[in-house]
Amino acid sequence: MKMKTQGLLALIVAACAALSPNAHADEVSVAVAANFAGPLAKIAEGFTAASGHTLKVSAGSTGKFYSQIVSGAPFEVLIAADDETPRKLIAEGFGVAGSNHTYAIGKLVLWSAQPGYVDDQGAVLATGTFAHLAIANPKLAPYGQAANAVLKARGLTDAVAPRLVTAESIAQAYQFVASGNAELGFVALSQVAVPGKPVTGSYWLVPPSLYGEIRQDAVLLKTGEKNPAATALLAYLKSPAARSVIQAYGYGP
Amino acid sequence: MTADTWTAIRLTAELAGLSTLLLLLVGTPLAWWLARTRSAWKPLFASLVAMPLVLPPTVLGFYLLMLMGPHGPVGQLTQSLGLGRLPFTFAGLVVGSVLYSMPFVVQPLQQAFEAIPERLLEAASTLRASPWDRFVSVALPLARPGFVTASVLGFAHTVGEFGVVLMIGGNIPGQTRVLSVAIYDHVEAAEFDQAHRLAAGMVAFALIVLVTLYITNRPPRDDAEIAR
Repeated sequence: MKMKTQGLLALIVAACAALSPNAHADEVSVAVAANFAGPLAKIAEGFTAASGHTLKVSAGSTGKFYSQIVSGAPFEVLIAADDETPRKLIAEGFGVAGSNHTYAIGKLVLWSAQPGYVDDQGAVLATGTFAHLAIANPKLAPYGQAANAVLKARGLTDAVAPRLVTAESIAQAYQFVASGNAELGFVALSQVAVPGKPVTGSYWLVPPSLYGEIRQDAVLLKTGEKNPAATALLAYLKSPAARSVIQAYGYGP
Repeated sequence: MTADTWTAIRLTAELAGLSTLLLLLVGTPLAWWLARTRSAWKPLFASLVAMPLVLPPTVLGFYLLMLMGPHGPVGQLTQSLGLGRLPFTFAGLVVGSVLYSMPFVVQPLQQAFEAIPERLLEAASTLRASPWDRFVSVALPLARPGFVTASVLGFAHTVGEFGVVLMIGGNIPGQTRVLSVAIYDHVEAAEFDQAHRLAAGMVAFALIVLVTLYITNRPPRDDAEIAR
């Protein structure tokens, strides 16, 4: 009787191993800056196919994730929209030292859902008769800070202030413009230039000299230190397969 | 307290005050009708009024954004009237609040009207009181506790509104950044000191309002006298 049970158990284990591509398939909980949610979904397909690990993804603004992680949120990897937040998390003991690296350079665009509304110099910011300009909350989102910097560089901060609509993340800023409720908005190039889809509306690719550089870093969090899927994901972000997806979405190397 | 905080407090009070006023104007005839009608449509209208109690605010926020946007029917109407569009404006928040706080005003009024014995109105009628006179001189005074409850709950619930504002407000200081959104902003940015100050103020406000309401609306001892 005992022999029979053991044999059955061995059979079940063997069957499970044969069915899954990886005997140690794990799940990793990822917090991703909203601008990178689209590319990450693409990258996750390749990652899961190659490693068997799966992703549990939450998208939002980097600043929001910072306060959630500091308050004990169970994320194992943060894919941020800046390099400052991962550094800060490491300094404060929430991130694993040495695990942070730049996976992309973000590109800011001024976008409208109306074709032909935004010119290639962004002059519409000064001359346009728009009622609302959407930006991501500068306190929470690096892309919001970048948008503020552009307005400042153009000397338009005060002129535009009454028409500024602050979204809680770059995803909501995109939604405000896509639904037409805001005529204009500063969003990420990755949201507008989705590979394989025609660009809707019109946009101005803002020269990085106007806002500095958006260095986007990923970091392993202490909660994920012992999860092989978490370390595998960070390594996979550097792989040629992931790099080609990141570049296809218009990010800088 | 910073100037921004005062702006948020004033804005919240204005939004809640104006919404409550509009709700009393719209809600009183609606509640009177719901209390007195024998129409087969009553369950439908009563349900429509109660909908915000069970729907997530995101549903209301989503549809308002679509309806009031440039491609929505309400948005096209307001634009053709030269009023512009409602999302990201104070007026838009008022529209959202009126819909969202509707049950908190209409239901107490309806209950108060339903509690008025039919005989009293009939008696007034035999004294040749017109329907308007019966409503103003008999129904309104008897429904006073209902009006107190409706006003207080309508005001307080609008102060406590969050999800709809977050979706259609756009977080503009002085126009749409009400207290609940300001608190959310502070929490998300890990500015816990500011969040604490505002949040504790809200807790105190809610407690004071509700205690006052329960004291004012304590049923009078001689309740039975009226019914007799």
